Amino acid sequence: MSEIQNTTNHADLAEVFNNDEARVDWHDETLWWIRSKRDVAVNKISNWEVLRETASQIKHNVLSNLNNYLQQFEGNAIANGIIVHWAADATEHNQIVLSILRKHSIGQMVKSKSMLTEECHLNDFLEVNGINVIDSDLGERIVQLAKEMPSHIVLPCIHKKKEEIGELFHQHLGTPAGNADPQFLTETARQHLRDTFLTRRAALTGVNFAIAETGEFVVCTNEGNADMGAHLADVHIASMGIEKIIPERKHLGVFLRLLTRSATGQPITTYSSHFKRPNKGKEMHIIIVDNGRSIQLGREDFRNSLKCIRCGACMNTCPVYRRSGGHSYHNAISGPIGSILAPNLDMEKYADLPFASTLCGSCTNVCPVKIDIHQQLYKWRQVIVKNGYVPAAKTASMKIMDWTLSSPTAYHTAGKAGRLVLKYAPFMVNNKLNPWYKHRDMPEPPKESFGEWYKKNRK
Amino acid sequence: MKVGLFIPCYVDQFYPGAAIACLQLLEKLGVDVVYPKNQTCCGQPMANSGFEHLTGGCNDLFIKNFSEFDYVVGPSGSCVLHLKEHLHNNDNPEIATTLSNKLYEFTSFLTDVLKVKSLPARFPHKVGVHQSCHGQRGLHLSQMTELVAPEFSKPGSLLNMVKDIELVHLNRKDECCGFGGTFCVAEEAVSSKMGKDRVEDHLHNGAEYITGVDMSCLMHMEGILHRQGSKVKVLHIAEILNGE
Repeated sequence: MSEIQNTTNHADLAEVFNNDEARVDWHDETLWWIRSKRDVAVNKISNWEVLRETASQIKHNVLSNLNNYLQQFEGNAIANGIIVHWAADATEHNQIVLSILRKHSIGQMVKSKSMLTEECHLNDFLEVNGINVIDSDLGERIVQLAKEMPSHIVLPCIHKKKEEIGELFHQHLGTPAGNADPQFLTETARQHLRDTFLTRRAALTGVNFAIAETGEFVVCTNEGNADMGAHLADVHIASMGIEKIIPERKHLGVFLRLLTRSATGQPITTYSSHFKRPNKGKEMHIIIVDNGRSIQLGREDFRNSLKCIRCGACMNTCPVYRRSGGHSYHNAISGPIGSILAPNLDMEKYADLPFASTLCGSCTNVCPVKIDIHQQLYKWRQVIVKNGYVPAAKTASMKIMDWTLSSPTAYHTAGKAGRLVLKYAPFMVNNKLNPWYKHRDMPEPPKESFGEWYKKNRK
Repeated sequence: MKVGLFIPCYVDQFYPGAAIACLQLLEKLGVDVVYPKNQTCCGQPMANSGFEHLTGGCNDLFIKNFSEFDYVVGPSGSCVLHLKEHLHNNDNPEIATTLSNKLYEFTSFLTDVLKVKSLPARFPHKVGVHQSCHGQRGLHLSQMTELVAPEFSKPGSLLNMVKDIELVHLNRKDECCGFGGTFCVAEEAVSSKMGKDRVEDHLHNGAEYITGVDMSCLMHMEGILHRQGSKVKVLHIAEILNGE
C-alpha cells in the first residue's frame, strides 16, 4: 500500500485516533485480551525465561557470524535446487521479483504474509509495472481492499471492526450489505482466495526462519495460505531479511515454541512449513535482502533489534500502541520494535518514533528474544538529538533547564517563582496552551518547598 | 550509618509532605539522615528527552552533594533508576560508580538495608497500589506480570505491615500511568488517556487512596482525579508507612 500519513508525526496521529474514545477503548481491550492470552500460554512453560535466554543467545551467535551463516545457507540452498538472489536494498529486491515474473510472462501473483515486502513497498511497485498482486493472508487481504497499510505485524487489520470488514466485503466481494458475521465473511474470503490460488502461476511468501545447516526455510502461518499459494504455483519466490538465519534445524524448536505463544497465546502456528527444494518442473527462488540491516548490525547499541522474530508481543503489551493504533507509527512495522528499527532506515522521517513511549519497559519483558527495546528507545533519542532532528525550541528549553538545574541558586529561585505562579496566577499555567491542562489539573502549590521546611525544622 | 536524603526536584517543590514523611520515618527507624540543601534534579527530564549530554552539571552537583554518605535514599524509583543507569563523571568514573551502588529507592532501602520487619503505622482505608514502571521494571521492586517468575513486592511487603489497610485488587496490575516525563505533554492525547484508564481501574475497584513509590505517576493521576472532581486522593507510600 502506498505510504500513508508520512507528513506528520506520531503525536498528531495519536491525537486523531483519540478523538474517538470508545474506539480507543475497544482497540486497547482487544489487544490487552491478546496480551492476557499470551500470559496464560507462557505461564504453562515453567522454563519460559530459560527459553527466551536460549533464543536470545542463538540469535546473538547468528548476528556475530552472519556472513558465514548466510554463505552456508546459500550454498546448501543452491545444492537443494533453489535459485538464490541477493538484494542490497528495497529497489533491488523489487526489481528481482519483477524480473522473475517477467521471465515467466506472469502478470498476476499471490502473496502470503511478508513484512519485508511491506517494508519494500513491493505491491505498489508491481502495480505500477502492471503486475496484479493479491494478498492471501485474510488480514492482509482486508487492509489491501481498504487500501491501507497493516497496522500490526501479526494482526494486520486489528484496527478494523467486523462491521467495517463487512462493508468492505460488500463493496469488493459482493456480500450482502450489513452482514458482519465473521464466519460468513471468512467463508467468502476463502472462496475468493481459492480462485486466486488456483489461477496464480507465481506465489511469494515470507520467511520466518532460514536454516543455514540445511538450506531450507520455514514459513509459519495459521491459515495455510503460504502453502496453498506456493504448492499450486509454478514459481515460488521467498523474500527474507538477512537476519532470518538460524544455524541448525535443532534450533527451530526453541523459536517455534516462543513465536506464537508470544504472538497470540497459541502453543504453535497451525502451519510451520519447511521448504527445501522445488517440485519437479517448478522453480523456487530466495531473495536475501539487506535494506539497511547491515548498517543496523554495525550500530552496537541497536544491533540486538535484528534478533526480532516478528511476533508482535511488544505491540500487544505497549500501553501507547494500544491507545494510538498501528497507523500512528507511519511505518510498515509499528509499535515499539518499529520505533527502534525505523530510525535506522530514515532518521529524520522517523525521528518522532523513539519518543512515542513512556519507557515503561513492558516491551522488553515480553520480547521472546530479549531485545532491550526500551533501552534502545532511550538511546535512539540521544542519537536523534545529536543529529539535530528535534525542534529548535526543544533544544532551547532543554538548555535553560540544564542551566537552572545545574545551579542550586537558580533552581531555588525558579522553584519559588514557579510555585508563586501556580498559587496566585493559576490561569498562567492552567490554560489551553499548556498541554498538561487539557485533561489534567496542575498540582496545588504548597506554601513552602521541602527545602524551606527543612531549614526551619531541622538543625 | 550516615544517610543522605535525595529529594527529587518536583517532590521538593510540589510534594513536601512526601519528603517530610520519608525523613521522619527514617529518623523513627533510627537512621542518621541529612538533607544536603544544594541538591536540584537528577537530570532525567533532559536525558529522557534525548539531551543526556546536557546533564553533566546535574551529575557533578549530585556527586558533590552525596559522595560523603554511606547510603543515599530517595523517594522515587524513576529518579533513582536514572542515576543508577546514567550517573557518570568523565574525570573520575569510579566516584560515580561507587555512589550509584549506594543509592537506594526509599522502600528497597527499608526492606533490603534496614530489613524492616514491622512498622507502627495504621491506615484504615482501601488503597490501590500503582506499580511505577521504573521502580518495578527498572529497579525490580516487585515482580512483573510479563515474566514467568515468583511473586514478590518490596512496597507490598511494607504496606502489609500497616494495620487495618485494605489493598484493592486491580484489573491490570502493572500498566503504565502514561506520565513518562516530557511524554505527558509531547504525547498529550495518549498520555492523558493512559492516566484516565489507570485511575479508572483504581476507582472501579473501590480505592479511596492511590499510592506508589513514585510521586510523578501519582501527580499525573492526581491531575486526572482533580479534573474529574473525584474525592480519591494520592499519597506517596512513605506517607502511609509513616502514619500514626
